[in-house]
Amino acid sequence: MMAWKWRWLLVALLLAAAIAAPLGQKSYIVYVLTSWLVFAIAAMGLNLTLGYAGQISLAQASFMAIGAYITALLTLAGWHWLIATPLALLACFVVGLLLGYPALRVKGHFLAFVTLAFNTLVFLVLRNEEWLTGGSYGLSGMPRPDLGLFTTMRPLPFYYFTLAITVVAALAMWGIVRSPWGRAFRALRENPIRAESLGLDTRRITLLAFAIGSAYGGLAGALVTSLVQFIEPASFGVGHSLRILLMVVVGGAGSFFGPFLGSGVVILLPEVLRFTEGYYLIIYAVLVIVMLVYAPEGLIGIGARLKAKFFSRSQVRADMSQGATLK
Amino acid sequence: MSQFLQVLLSGLATGSIYALAAIGFALVWQAAQTVNFAQGEFVMVPAFFVLIGMGFFGMPFWLALAFGLALSMLVLGYAFKKLIVEPILPHGGITLIIATMALAILLKETVKEFYSAEAQPFPALFSNAPMNFFGAAVSIQDILNLIVSLSIVVVLTLFLNRTRTGRSMQAAAQNPAVAEILGVNVKRMVLYTFLINAALASLAAFLITPVYLAKFSNGETIGLIAFIAAIVGGFNQIRGALVGGLLIGVLDNLTATYVTAQYRAALPLVLLIIIILVRPQGIMGTSEGRSV
Amino acid sequence: MTAPVLSVRNIEKRFGGIRAVRGVSFDVHKGEILGLIGPNGSGKSTLFNCILGQLVPNAGEVAVSGRDVSGMRPSDLNKLGVGRTFQQLSVFPRMSVLDNVILAGQEHRGTMTSRLFGAPDAGLTQDAERMIAFFRLTHLRDELAGSLSYGQQKLVDAAMAFMAGPSIVLLDEPAGGVNLTMLAHLKDRLVAYNAEHGTTFVVIEHNMEFVMSLCTRIIVLAEGAVIAEGTPDEIRSNQTVIDAYLGG
Repeated sequence: MMAWKWRWLLVALLLAAAIAAPLGQKSYIVYVLTSWLVFAIAAMGLNLTLGYAGQISLAQASFMAIGAYITALLTLAGWHWLIATPLALLACFVVGLLLGYPALRVKGHFLAFVTLAFNTLVFLVLRNEEWLTGGSYGLSGMPRPDLGLFTTMRPLPFYYFTLAITVVAALAMWGIVRSPWGRAFRALRENPIRAESLGLDTRRITLLAFAIGSAYGGLAGALVTSLVQFIEPASFGVGHSLRILLMVVVGGAGSFFGPFLGSGVVILLPEVLRFTEGYYLIIYAVLVIVMLVYAPEGLIGIGARLKAKFFSRSQVRADMSQGATLK
Repeated sequence: MSQFLQVLLSGLATGSIYALAAIGFALVWQAAQTVNFAQGEFVMVPAFFVLIGMGFFGMPFWLALAFGLALSMLVLGYAFKKLIVEPILPHGGITLIIATMALAILLKETVKEFYSAEAQPFPALFSNAPMNFFGAAVSIQDILNLIVSLSIVVVLTLFLNRTRTGRSMQAAAQNPAVAEILGVNVKRMVLYTFLINAALASLAAFLITPVYLAKFSNGETIGLIAFIAAIVGGFNQIRGALVGGLLIGVLDNLTATYVTAQYRAALPLVLLIIIILVRPQGIMGTSEGRSV
Repeated sequence: MTAPVLSVRNIEKRFGGIRAVRGVSFDVHKGEILGLIGPNGSGKSTLFNCILGQLVPNAGEVAVSGRDVSGMRPSDLNKLGVGRTFQQLSVFPRMSVLDNVILAGQEHRGTMTSRLFGAPDAGLTQDAERMIAFFRLTHLRDELAGSLSYGQQKLVDAAMAFMAGPSIVLLDEPAGGVNLTMLAHLKDRLVAYNAEHGTTFVVIEHNMEFVMSLCTRIIVLAEGAVIAEGTPDEIRSNQTVIDAYLGG
C-alpha cells in the first residue's frame, strides 16, 4: 500500500483532473465523462459484493434498472430527484438483501446463474408490464434535478452534480471498506469457515454485501435516468451486467480505485476505438481475454506488479510456505 | 388433445436439440471444471462455418457440413482449450467464467461484423412437410430432429460406457489423480471432452439453425437454455442434461401455448432458481460423487 | 460445584452405516490441558466437529459451562467463549497478520453499527499487537498472512483463537507439519498462555511427544469410543492403549 500522503496527493490530483476534464469540451465528450462517473458508481457497488466480499453477481444491471425506473416514475410524477433517489436506493437495498439469500445456499458458478436468472426476470417484467414501465418503449422525458442555486439541465452542470454524488459515494465506500465491516467482507472472501469460527456472522455479512452493492447499482441507475432522460429495458439486460462485471475485473477486483479504472476503460475505449467502427467490441473482448491470461488481477494488479519491480520488499520465508506434512 | 400432442412433440424435438448443447456443457464442466458461458455461441458459430463453406468455398451442402464440423472441433474444441482454458483455469474458476463471457462477445461480434448482422437462411437437413402422427400435425423435421438427437445421445452414451477411451474419459473426469496413476492420459481425455463438446454443439447447430435462421445473436437464448437444462437436469449423468433439455423444450412450448407468451422465458429461469435453491444436484443428479 | 467448562454427553455420529463416534462422554475442567488422541480413524476429528457445530451429531449433547450448546452455529459458539484452531487453511491469506488478529477480536466488540461508524480497528490495535508480540511475531505484523511459513501461520491461527479471550480453546492438530524449533516455540507459548490466563485447552494430536509433554490429562479414542483416560504417565503404560495403536 502506498504511504498515506502519496495516496492523498494522488486523490487530489485525480479530483482536480476530474474537475478540469470537461471544461471546453463538446457536450458529447461531457456526456461520455458523466457516463464514466455513473458506471464507476455501479462498478464500485459490484466491487464491494464481488471484489471485497467474494460473492459473484451478474445482476448489477438489474439494480441499475430498479433504481432508474423508480426514480424515473417518481420524477415524472413531479417528485424531486433528491427525494426520489433515496427511495429508489432503499428499494434496491431491500431487493439486494433478498438476492443475498440464494448466496447463503450456493456459491461460485451456481450463484452466478441465480443472479443471471434474476437479472433476466427483472428484464422480462420491465418489458412486459407496459402499464407501469412503458414496456419496450421505455420512459422518456425525465427532468433533470433543479438544485435551487442552479439547474442541471445543461451537460456541464449535470456533470459536476454527478461528480459531487460520485465523490460522496466514494467516500462512503471508503468508510465502509476501511471499517471493521470491510475487514469482515474480506474475511468472508478469504476464509468464511475461519471467519465463522471467530464469531463473524457470515450470513448477515453476505446479505449486507449484496444489499449495499445493489444500492450503489440503484444510485447509478437513478443518475442514468437523469443523464439520458430516456430508459428502456434493453439497457439493463444481462449483457450490461457482464459489462459492469468486466469493469470490476479489468480495473482490479477488490481494489478501491479499480472500479474507476475499469469503468474508464470500458466506457472510454469504445470512444477511442471509434475509428474502428463495429470492431471495437472484438478488440475489447480480445484485450479482456489477453488480460485475463497474463494479468488476472486487472489493471491495478499490473500497477502493483510494476511497483513491486521498482520498490521491492523482502519476501518472508516464501521457501517455507509449506512445511513437511505428515498427511 | 391433438393440439397437446403437437405441442408436446414439437417441444420434445426442440428440447432434444437443447439437450445436445446441455450435454456438451455438462461434459466440459465435469471433466475440466470449465463453465463455458460461450456455449450458446458455440452453437451459433458452426452454422456460419457451413455457410462460409458453401458461399466462399463453393462446397456442396454435405461437404460444407463436414467442413463446419471439423473446423468447429478445431477452433471451438482444440483452440478453445489450448488458448483460453489452459492458461486461465489456474487463476480460478470465476476468472475463466469471465473469460468465456468475453469469448462469447468476441464470437458474436466477429460474426456480426465479418459476416452479417442479418439473419441468414440455412438449408434444412429434413423436409418441413407435416405428417400425421396420431391425429397431430407434426413436421417431419421435428420427428427426425428428435430421432437424430436421441440417436446421438445413445451413441455418445455407448461410447462413454462401452469403449476403452470412453471409460478412460469417465475415469479422468471422476478422479484425475488416480486415473493418471492407472495410465490414463488425462490431458488427452480432457482434450477429447472439448472436442466432443464442439461436435455436439455443431450437430445442435445443424439441426436447429434451419428453423431459427443463422443469426449472430442466436447464442444468447440457446446458451442460457443449455445452462439451465444442464443444471435443472443434473450434472451427474448425461441423462440429466438430456432430461433437462427435453423438459425445458416441452415446458417452454406448453407455457407459450397455454399460459403466456410474454413470460415464456420466465419459466426456465424460475425453474433454475428453484432447483438451485432446493435441489442443487438437479433432478437426476446424485448428491455425491460425479460421473460423466 | 461449578459446571465443567465443556461437557460432552453420549455423542453419536454416523455416516451411512459407519458409526464414527460411539457414545462418547467426557468433561473438561477449567484450566486443564486435555489431550485427545487415538489411532487414525478413531473419530477424533469427527468428535471435534460435532462439538464445534461444524457437524450435527445424531445423538448426544454438548454443554459449555453448564449451558446446552448442541447444534449451535460456530459463530454463536465463539461468542460464548469457545475458540478453535484449524489444521489447514487457518488464516486469511491476503490480509496482514495484524488485520487477521484484529478481525479475530472485532466481532466481540460493540455492535454492527459501532463497527461501521467507529474506529477502523475497533480499538484493537494495541491488544492485537500485544497478542502478536506474545507469539514473537512482531516483525511479521504487516506481512500478508498467506506469505508466512506454515509454522508461522499456525502461530497466527493460535493468536486469532486467543484474541477474544475465550474460556476454552479447541486445537485441531496444532503440531501437524511444523518443524521442531517452531514446535517447541508453539508449545512454550501454549503453556505460557494457559498459565497466564487459566484458559482451558483441548488438543487433538497425533504427535505423541507433543501431547505427552503438553497435556495435563489425556483421553484415548479408538474406533469411535473412549478406551482410556488419565495422566500422560498412566496412558503411556496402559495396555489397552498400546494394543489399540499397534492394532492388537
